[in-house]
Amino acid sequence: MNKLTQLLILIVRRDLVLAMRRRADVLTTLIFFVMVVSLFPLGVGPEMDMLRKMAPGVLWVAALLASMLSLGRLFSADYLDGTLEQMLLAPQSLSVLVLGKMISHWMVSGLPLVLMTPVLGLQFDMSVQAIGVLMLSLLLGTPILSMVGAIGAALTLGLRGGGVLLSLLVLPLCIPVLIFGTGAVQAVSGGLSVSSHLSLLGALLVLALAFTPWVTAQALRISME
Amino acid sequence: MLEISNLACSRGDHRLFSGLSFALHPGQIMQIQGANGSGKTSLLRTLCGFIIPDEGTISWCGENVRDMGEEYFARMMYLGHLNAIKDELSALENLLISAALSGVELKEADAILALRRMGLKGRERLPAKVLSQGQQRRVALARLLVSNAKLWILDEPLAALDVKAVALIQELIAEHLTQQGMVIFTTHQPLDVAGMEMRSLSLS
Amino acid sequence: MAINWFKYSAPTTFYPLAGKLIPWFAVSAAILFAAGLYIGFVVAPADATQGEFYRIIFIHVPASIISMFLYLVMAGYAALGLIFNTRLSSMMASAVAPTGALFAFISLWTGALWGKPMWGAWWVWDARMTSELILLFLYLGFIALHASIEDPRRADRAAALLAIVGSVNVPIIYFSVKWWNTLHQGSTIKYSGTSMHIAMQQAMFIMMAACWLYAIAITLMRVRSIILERERNSKWVAQLIEVKS
Repeated sequence: MNKLTQLLILIVRRDLVLAMRRRADVLTTLIFFVMVVSLFPLGVGPEMDMLRKMAPGVLWVAALLASMLSLGRLFSADYLDGTLEQMLLAPQSLSVLVLGKMISHWMVSGLPLVLMTPVLGLQFDMSVQAIGVLMLSLLLGTPILSMVGAIGAALTLGLRGGGVLLSLLVLPLCIPVLIFGTGAVQAVSGGLSVSSHLSLLGALLVLALAFTPWVTAQALRISME
Repeated sequence: MLEISNLACSRGDHRLFSGLSFALHPGQIMQIQGANGSGKTSLLRTLCGFIIPDEGTISWCGENVRDMGEEYFARMMYLGHLNAIKDELSALENLLISAALSGVELKEADAILALRRMGLKGRERLPAKVLSQGQQRRVALARLLVSNAKLWILDEPLAALDVKAVALIQELIAEHLTQQGMVIFTTHQPLDVAGMEMRSLSLS
Repeated sequence: MAINWFKYSAPTTFYPLAGKLIPWFAVSAAILFAAGLYIGFVVAPADATQGEFYRIIFIHVPASIISMFLYLVMAGYAALGLIFNTRLSSMMASAVAPTGALFAFISLWTGALWGKPMWGAWWVWDARMTSELILLFLYLGFIALHASIEDPRRADRAAALLAIVGSVNVPIIYFSVKWWNTLHQGSTIKYSGTSMHIAMQQAMFIMMAACWLYAIAITLMRVRSIILERERNSKWVAQLIEVKS
């Protein structure tokens, strides 16, 4: 097996083990997501027509906020106990290492949201088809949030008030993902083809995969100075 | 061989040191001395490449380390104030992962041997959070045993260690030096390595 | 004659040079503002369809265009500073940012003033206005990140990386917002520019030039104070007349 693949698997496994031994963190993100989504009907009223229309936007914005919440932890634990120093000194590609952390972050904080979506979709009376497309768009979109967010997390490492600042930096950059993600669901509800939305999301995912690990690695080196 | 020429470094507005030049050859050990805040840690972190120096170059066997990148990292190991130990992982897991990160293939049996030599017999599989400060430091220092780096950069390696562990570290350093390794370190406690000439550099 | 550009990339030589240039830019900006506003608000005829309301475009359009260009200028300086480690470029980047944010804000403000009589709403989710709002967010992110890092060198480098990521993202954001806007058939601000009167063109051109000159003048003023702040412990700053007195 290739050395870089081995490194990638090592990091993903390590972070997943750590997350399993600190399960509370994972659960808080998920509960936050469910709670934010459930608050909307209380805020705007229970008319099913309106809720059905709002559902993709509400779920997407809630997913965006939930992933911002969990991004603060992406590097901070490793930064505080010195592991990040050792990672920067690893004689192997830092970009691959960062990619490993992004993947595990998504598996812990993005994937549960995707899996939770059907239940929340039913709360908003979405059609089965719309729920399917919503899950697909979240499946393609949430990894981008983790990857773009990682840049922000690396830049705000160790800063006071880093959490709020992180959202300020990252949220504008995530707008295209939000637009294409919700657009796909609205398209399917309107009886239109979803392929253009989803392929644009896919293109963004490929772009993010190609560039964000390297950019995040540079950001980490800047922040560790 | 590690060569430093005309190095200058500052933190914020404050110039820590400038015009610093020295060379470290295989089998040599050097202690960085200076009062608190004189820039000892900053110097070591500059040598690791974390801090970009204001002026001057650091070269390894004639090549600038900034151009070597990961190749340089393969030749050195750094042990800072922080132990880089995860509370949730056992001592063994911690050692195996940090070895894998630094590109060393380490078998579990060898890792256990290393931890035992560091005096952690019977605690290999305990989560690091139940270990004491000194024991956690020992887990971090066990990386020295399994590393094949030429250059050791140690920032206060003796902090939180008892007399027995200090003797062990001295023994490890002596072994490393006889194998043509190099050590550069800071300490506030006396560290004697038998039969080796200790060079020292004062920052003021 | 060959000019040694590197000579002027050192804060020591740039500081007095900027000091000499500022009055020229500032005075010509003031003259052009006066001329542009006079032509725009007095000389130019009322628009056939929009009446007098359209006159806000003499401020709105230059402000929008310059706010977008300044982001690229800022990202360009930031990238230079990050790659070549030149102090002056990073200082220029942080000097440009507030002016860019100001123009983005003016663009939004005047856009709202224009929207009210046109559509009866202060804010419409038009593609251009939405992009401008996101641009303002990007500026604010840059300024906030720079401000919250104490070590100036780390601040410069981190903010530079953010600006570069932002400038790569701007076209994607603009495209996605446009796409979103057409899907929802939102309103689009259109200039009835088919038969633009010659005075309108002149006013627009002069206002554009005035905004540029103002942006340059204010950026140079700001970069001078940044230079003084960063280099306050150096000998040459201590010997400046304005510092001694």
